[in-house]
Amino acid sequence: MAQTEPQADTAPVIAARGLDLTFQTGDGPVQALRDVNLDIGRGEFVSFIGPSGCGKTTFLRCIAGLETPTGGTLTVNGMTPDAARRARSYGYVFQAAGLYPWRTIGGNVRLPLEIMKFSKAEQAERVRRVLELVDLDGFENKYPWQLSGGMQQRASIARALAFDADILLMDEPFGALDEIVRDRLNEELLGLWDRTGKTIGFVTHSIPEAVYLSTKIVVMSPRPGRITDVIDSPLPRERPLDIRDSQAFIEIAHRVREGLRAGHTDD
Amino acid sequence: MRERVLPVLVVVLAIVTLWYVACLPMNIREVLTEAERAGAVVTPSTAIERRDAGAIGLVLSNTDHLAQSWSQERAKLPAPHQVAIEIWDSTIGEEVYGRRGIVQSGSFSNRSLVYHTGITLWATVLGFVIGTGLGVLLAVGIVHSRTMDTSVMPWAIVSQTIPIVALAPMIIVVLYSVGVQGMFPKAVISAYLSFFPVVVGMVKGLRSPDAMQLDLLRTYSASPTEALFKLRLPASVPYLFASLKIGIAASLVGAIVGELPVQKGGLGARMLAGSYYGQTSQIWAALFAAATLAAVLVFAISAMERRTLRRMGVAG
Repeated sequence: MAQTEPQADTAPVIAARGLDLTFQTGDGPVQALRDVNLDIGRGEFVSFIGPSGCGKTTFLRCIAGLETPTGGTLTVNGMTPDAARRARSYGYVFQAAGLYPWRTIGGNVRLPLEIMKFSKAEQAERVRRVLELVDLDGFENKYPWQLSGGMQQRASIARALAFDADILLMDEPFGALDEIVRDRLNEELLGLWDRTGKTIGFVTHSIPEAVYLSTKIVVMSPRPGRITDVIDSPLPRERPLDIRDSQAFIEIAHRVREGLRAGHTDD
Repeated sequence: MRERVLPVLVVVLAIVTLWYVACLPMNIREVLTEAERAGAVVTPSTAIERRDAGAIGLVLSNTDHLAQSWSQERAKLPAPHQVAIEIWDSTIGEEVYGRRGIVQSGSFSNRSLVYHTGITLWATVLGFVIGTGLGVLLAVGIVHSRTMDTSVMPWAIVSQTIPIVALAPMIIVVLYSVGVQGMFPKAVISAYLSFFPVVVGMVKGLRSPDAMQLDLLRTYSASPTEALFKLRLPASVPYLFASLKIGIAASLVGAIVGELPVQKGGLGARMLAGSYYGQTSQIWAALFAAATLAAVLVFAISAMERRTLRRMGVAG
């Protein structure tokens, strides 16, 4: 597949300008984000990578309106994060699947649809469709404990996709899974991204994962949390798993590693 | 089955044996008085001398008369078989064969334990329902409002430090003065005791969802009401049942305490009447009825818990 950008309009889906966030803690203020500037275009797959405390999760939570920045501007689909949330602009996937044990897989995927007041027929139709999308058709009436960790995380992705948000925010979604399952899910996630054309924000602390998945890699460093490098990946959209042995892949991984190391020298 | 029954049987046997042994020193003085009146030789021979002697010493020096300890009319401590006979007489004996029992008269006899257990049961259940409802409402308020959290919780805790035996007569008198009597005042006392475990358990249960699950609902822009019904309440069900088991037992205690000052039926009234008239086996029989009732109620809650959790898919 060609390297051409799929996006039609050039306006960024997510735009951060001089974003600051300072938490007031018992030990005094902690600067979680300082002067973060970033544009994310439609249909991009953006990974945020960095050591813990670098603010990658905090930035994702700002986009979701779960944290309020103390300075700068942040727009999502041209709206404030709060307005974007009410407009159902994004689905959020957490590190843990967080499925309700008392609901079936179908019931869990239905949860956002119930809250957003979709009709019963529409709910059933969407649940069926997104479960198919994540290869969980046939598991609708199973309970979470009957599924493996990887399957539970797929169900939680289906839940985030159910209401057709065009942005998918994922906070280390595969961090708790073993590497074999993680590889498979990475591959499936790329397929899903390709089919749905969603914009994905993906937090990870794994360099191979970030390089394998992303069109854009944002390298961050801690104290205060800031962006040290933004790498536009030259890899094609179509990515078999063995692309990870290619020269281009290794070069990007190297640059990410350099960026992470540079961020670490000042502490 | 056998490995479960055997330990229980052993414990029961041990208790019964201990009980029979305890009857000897407890009843020895009356036994000796009776024997002396009947003309038998006892040591020491006069009641005045026996008054200052130790009970165990009396038992050891009058081994000929010990059998009477287990068949006293009004024993200080009735023997297990006497209590068993009393239970039989005041349940099956009274209801099935008695002139005033349900079989012959069509209504429960007010001299039967079945009748009194029924009265206590309804007060317990009514109080339990009120207490549980109140407890759940308070817990929901406490979880959703900081003001309620800081203002209600301390009072709920203080309320449980007041001895219920002191409070019960006042509740009954106050309610009587506004024309409320019968089952309701007892239910109020039951509710007073049973709401507390429900509040504590439900507050913990409603707060059991972690930050991530609450964040997830926020990303859906869910209202607090939706969070309550879709997440907090279902998550609190296991906690609720743990509280209900404590609550139902507390309710029963409340109902019995509420019956003590009123004397209009119920196991509490039965116990107090027994102590007025020296009918110790009646007290013991009522005690066993109360214990059985408590066991049945807790068992019923446990059965409900298993069914509910299995239906919710939580029990596995």
